[in-house]
Amino acid sequence: MHPMTALLSTLAIATTALALGDLKGNIRIDGSSTVFPITEAVAEEFAAEQPNVNVTVGVSGTGGGFKRFCAGEIDIADASRPIKPSEMQLAAKNGIEFIEIPVAYDGLTVVVNTQNTWATDLTVDNLKRIFSTENTAKTWRDVNPAWPAEPILVYSPGTDSGTFDYFKEVVLGRDGKARSDMSVSEDDNALVLGVSGNKYAIGFFGCAYYFENTDKLTAVKVNGVSPSVATIENGTYAPFSRPLFIYVNAKAASQPQVKAFVDFYLAQAPELAGEVGYVKFPAALYGKAAKNWTAGRKGTQFTTTAGESVTTPFATTYQ
Amino acid sequence: MSDISSIPGTPVSPARLLLRNRAFLALCLLATTSAVVVLCVLLMSVAFDGWDRLSWDFLDSFASRKPDKAGIKAALFGSLWVVVTCALTAIPIGVGTALYLEEFAPKNRLTRFIQLNITNLAGVPSIVYGIIGLTAFSRMFGLFRSDDPVVLGNSESFWFLQLPFGPSVLAAGLTLMLVILPMIIVSSQEAIRSVPGTIRQGSLAMGATTWQTVWRLTLPAAIPTILTGTILAISRAIGEAAPLLVVGAALLIFRTPENLMSSFTVLPLQIFNWAGRPQAGFHSIAAAAILVQLGLLIVFNGTAVALRLRLQKPLQ
Repeated sequence: MHPMTALLSTLAIATTALALGDLKGNIRIDGSSTVFPITEAVAEEFAAEQPNVNVTVGVSGTGGGFKRFCAGEIDIADASRPIKPSEMQLAAKNGIEFIEIPVAYDGLTVVVNTQNTWATDLTVDNLKRIFSTENTAKTWRDVNPAWPAEPILVYSPGTDSGTFDYFKEVVLGRDGKARSDMSVSEDDNALVLGVSGNKYAIGFFGCAYYFENTDKLTAVKVNGVSPSVATIENGTYAPFSRPLFIYVNAKAASQPQVKAFVDFYLAQAPELAGEVGYVKFPAALYGKAAKNWTAGRKGTQFTTTAGESVTTPFATTYQ
Repeated sequence: MSDISSIPGTPVSPARLLLRNRAFLALCLLATTSAVVVLCVLLMSVAFDGWDRLSWDFLDSFASRKPDKAGIKAALFGSLWVVVTCALTAIPIGVGTALYLEEFAPKNRLTRFIQLNITNLAGVPSIVYGIIGLTAFSRMFGLFRSDDPVVLGNSESFWFLQLPFGPSVLAAGLTLMLVILPMIIVSSQEAIRSVPGTIRQGSLAMGATTWQTVWRLTLPAAIPTILTGTILAISRAIGEAAPLLVVGAALLIFRTPENLMSSFTVLPLQIFNWAGRPQAGFHSIAAAAILVQLGLLIVFNGTAVALRLRLQKPLQ
C-alpha cells in the first residue's frame, strides 16, 4: 500500500470513528480574520458531529492570535502568515511547542474598474511603479505612454493587515515602502465599492472579494496569468497566492478532542476552503501536511535555524 | 435707575427682531430634521436589507458558513449576559461613588483630584479599557497561570469561578463596567446635586443622620435622573465591540453562556464580522442582526423609562 493511501485511509477511519460524538472538552482557537471563514466552516461541521466539544473561535488578528498562542491561552492559532522569530522566542520562553499546518491558499487579486480597457495585464514591475513610493506613477501614462494621462486612484487594505504585508513584500520587496496617497480601508467591501466606482482606480484584496464581485470589477492579469481557482491552485498565479496556516499547540495536540479536530480540519479543508471563497492546495501538499501532523513535526519551515525568514516560494519550500 | 438706552448694542426695530427670531427657529428646525432624516434613512436602509431575514430561526440558530442557516443565538445571549453583568456591577459602584463624593466626602484637594480624574476618564477611548480589562481581569497581572487556573467550585454549576477569569463573561462585564463607570458617576452626581439643599437641611434639622437623609430623601429624589444617565451608559455598553475583542471574546461559539466563566460572543462583533465578509448573503444577515441589536436597545431603554415613571414621585 502506498504510504499516502495508508495515511488517507487512517484519516478516513479516524473520521468515521468520530461520528459517535463521544468526545468532550474545549478547543480554543483565535487569530487571523482571513483564516476565520475556513475555521468557522470546519468548526461548524465538527460541532455537528461532536456536540459535546466546546469549540470557540476568535478573530484577534494573526499577531494577536500568536500573542495568546505563545502565552498558552489557546490551543490553535489561525494565521495568514508564518510565525515570526520574535513570536517563536516568546513561545520558547513559555515552553510552548507547536505544529505548523498549511490549510489553503488565499489568492491576492489586483483589480481595476470594468471601464478600464488598457491596464488588464500588468507586470510586477508595472505594479511596483504604481504602488511604490519611489519613482511613483502618478498617472496611467507614467506606466505606459499609450495609456490615459489620468491620475491613478489607489485603493489598499489597511497597512496593518496581512494582505497588505504580503502584497508589499511581493511587489516592493521586504524593505520597500508603499506610496502614502492611497485610499486605505480595513473593510475590503469598501475597496470593492471604491474601485467599481472610479474609472481610473486600481486596488487589491483577497480573491474571495473578487469572486463575489466579478460583474463589478476586472481582475488584472499578472504577468499574463489571470487569477482563478485553477491558476492559484497549480501555482501559475504564483507570486500572489499566499498560504494560510493553523498552528497547533503540541501539548494540546495530545488531547483527544484537539487531535480529532485537526484530523477533521485536514480532511475537510480542501472542500470547505473552496466553499468559503479560498483555494485548496494540490493533493500532494495536503499529503505532506497530514504526514507532518501525524508525525508531530514541531517548529516552522519558514524560518532558517539562523533566524532568517525563508524567501523561496511556499509550494517548493514546504516539505 | 436702569434706562433702556443704556443696554449695549445697536437698537433694532421690532420687525427685524421678529425676523431674527424666525431665522433662529428655522435654523433649529433644520438641525433637528437633518439629524432625524439621516437617522431615518439609515434605519430604513438597514430595515430594507435585513427585515426579510428576521425570523425565529434567525434568533434561535448558531452562526454558520451558510448565510441562509446562520443565526445569532450565541451573540444575543452573550450580549445579554455581558450587559447584565456590567449593569449589576457598574450601577451600585457608580451610584455609590457619586453619593460618597456628593454627600459624605470632605471637599478637599484629594476629592477634587479624584473628581478631575473621573471626568477625564469619561473621555478615554474604550479600547484602552479593553487593555486594562485584559491585564486586570482576563490575565490578573499574571498572578495565576492561565493554562492551570485556580478553580473555585464545580465547572458545571452556576456559581463556578476560576482565577484568572480568562476571556469570560465576567471579565467582559467588568471591562465594560470600567468603560461606563465615569459616565454613571458624573451623571449621578449631577442628579444628586439637583436635589434642593433645603430638603437635606430640613431632614438634618429634624435630627436625622446623613445616612438617613441620603437613603430616605436625597437618593429617592435623585433616582429618576440617575436612571436617565444610567440608560445612556448601558446603551453604550451594548454597542461596544473593541474592548471585548481585546479581552478575548470569541466570535464563533456553539453554545450560550452557562455561568460567569463561560466564553461568549456579542452582537456588535457578529455584525462587524458579517458586514466585512465578501458574500452578499452575510451583508443582509448583518442588517438583520443590527435590527435585533436595535430591538435589544429599545427593550433596555423601555424598561428603564418604565422604572423611572414608576419611581418618579413628587417631592413633599
